[in-house]
Amino acid sequence: MNLYTTELRRLYKRRFIRYTALGGLLVLVAVVVSMFLINQKIGPEQWAAAERQAEQEWRLQVEETQRLRTQCEQARAAGNTADHPAGCAEIEAPPREAFKAEWYLPSTFDFRREFEPTLTTLTAVLALVAFLCGASFVGAEWSSGGMTNLLLWRPRRLEVLFTKLAALLSALAGLTVLTAAAWTAAFWAVGTLRGTTEKMTPGVWQSLGLTGLRGLVLVLAAGAVGFGLASLGRHTALALGGVLGVMVVAQFGLGLVLELAGARFVGKWMLHTYLLAWMQKKVTLYDWNACAVSYGGACEPATFDITWQASSVLLAAGLALVVGGAAWAMRRRDIT
Amino acid sequence: MAPVLEIEGLRKTYRSRRRGERRALDGFDMVVEAGQVHGFLGPNGSGKTTTLRTLLGLIRPNGGRMAILGREVPAALPAVANQVGAIVESPQFFPHFSAHDTLSLLARAGGVPQRRVTEVLELVGLRDRARERVKTYSLGMKQRLAVASALLKNPKLLILDEPANGLDPGGIREMRTLVRDLAAGGMTVLFSSHILGEVQQICDSVTIISLGRRVAAGPVAEVLAQHSGGGLRVRLEAVTDLPVAADLLTRAGARVTPADDHLVVHGIDKPATVTRTLAGSGLYVSELAPITADLESVFLELTGTAPVPGQHRQVDQSTVVDRPAGTTASDPTTGGKA
Repeated sequence: MNLYTTELRRLYKRRFIRYTALGGLLVLVAVVVSMFLINQKIGPEQWAAAERQAEQEWRLQVEETQRLRTQCEQARAAGNTADHPAGCAEIEAPPREAFKAEWYLPSTFDFRREFEPTLTTLTAVLALVAFLCGASFVGAEWSSGGMTNLLLWRPRRLEVLFTKLAALLSALAGLTVLTAAAWTAAFWAVGTLRGTTEKMTPGVWQSLGLTGLRGLVLVLAAGAVGFGLASLGRHTALALGGVLGVMVVAQFGLGLVLELAGARFVGKWMLHTYLLAWMQKKVTLYDWNACAVSYGGACEPATFDITWQASSVLLAAGLALVVGGAAWAMRRRDIT
Repeated sequence: MAPVLEIEGLRKTYRSRRRGERRALDGFDMVVEAGQVHGFLGPNGSGKTTTLRTLLGLIRPNGGRMAILGREVPAALPAVANQVGAIVESPQFFPHFSAHDTLSLLARAGGVPQRRVTEVLELVGLRDRARERVKTYSLGMKQRLAVASALLKNPKLLILDEPANGLDPGGIREMRTLVRDLAAGGMTVLFSSHILGEVQQICDSVTIISLGRRVAAGPVAEVLAQHSGGGLRVRLEAVTDLPVAADLLTRAGARVTPADDHLVVHGIDKPATVTRTLAGSGLYVSELAPITADLESVFLELTGTAPVPGQHRQVDQSTVVDRPAGTTASDPTTGGKA
């Protein structure tokens, strides 16, 4: 327990970790503030303004139609029938009901409909923070010699490694839960003041809770992967370089090659697809060059579904590989 | 009393596809008795740090046996770790923490009371700078912090790898006093240094390592005596009598090497033989002194690392020692030059 609380204290004392977490939180605050500013609550005044704008748009269209019809009639009178072979009567103004007032309403925040996608944003920011903190926490220990010092005090390598990881993950879990609670409260306030929070049934809350839980798992996994990669390379830079390498070579490069090769469903080779599927429960990829004939005889693009279950297998395998590798290296490699 | 530290036949081989195989430790032996200040000497790259890291569980050996406080390590390292304080190689600390934070975290991890942090900071002279970040420290201050971290657990065995490195003359003297005081209090100190005059002053015994093997070991006085050759320096009242004196001593069975103003005499069992032999022929001795070697010259001789004019010695160019037949690895007096 001494070691665990010491590592929590060490984590808290690390300036880079505090600033990274603060930076992530500021980004999230900026998102909430933007959402607050770009949304408005819809009331009779907004409806009236939307009705007026719809009416104005319709009148503009009527005037434009009238102008076009006049041009057409003048052209036909001059003997030019090529442009309007069917006559000018077909140039008709759109009906008034085609201009719906709701199209002209200002943006409003519907908590029930729009909050869930924001959880993906929250998870992405926190996962990045978790990765950086995880990598720096152990990477700086290795490169500064702090790990060697600690092992002179606690010469149980795996215990030290996993206690550090446990301290990191519990701190990240705490940060994520608190941030998610604040995030939910902030968007509830945005919904209340700049939109609506209606139709929130227990089922909706349960769905949000499950999405949040998957987000928490992803944040912890990102932290563990950052920690594992930095521990494997015994330097923070290895984790950051490794991720950069994967992004550039394995993602952009591979994507480009597959596109050029005309491969189907390129997205299924992209890591972000699986991360998105994990958060959204399912991602459907489309092959617009293929034709799958539907019951009605229409030609539909072929599809490929990636589910959160498939993503979970990939994420678990990747996590086991990195953390297992770090544990193996910690146990076997000399500390010189 | 059982030795505090025993190493027998320790082997460590580094393998690299590019550079092949390199034996960092090749059957190395060392024994440190309780309450001693033991000097651990060797040229750069001879295996000192590898030995210490292996002893402390940071490096996995390929063979041999090690014991600390009578317990086999690395297996029993977790059990004895709280009785061993160590700094290995250059002091390394997280640069953005203060000395107090650094020691405080170590104390928490080791279950040491926080008041001990203040005590050791006082002991190494960092009390007034304890709240400053380590990155602002000089090498000497970092060295003091490293010693403080090693002393934090009030260990029975203190391992100090180059503790005087970077210290100012006053700091070196303080370190010497500190080590002697700790030893006087019952602590055993294993002390690695290249400042051989320092080692000769404060160490009770030494082990000298070269290319991963022990080349000498034992009490400092014995090691010096073994390698001083037992010679005598003989001066006469009249320098012109030196040839006659050399002839007389040679006939008495001594090996005599003439110098400009004195003779170097070997092979005499008692110095009195010299005075008696010469006085018998009317020659009177003005100086008769044993030729003593200092640790530096013994070290250079044993490791073969004395500088040679016009040559640039490479780090691995030192003496290779073959283990004499019939000796055991644990015999602390065994050693020789190939």
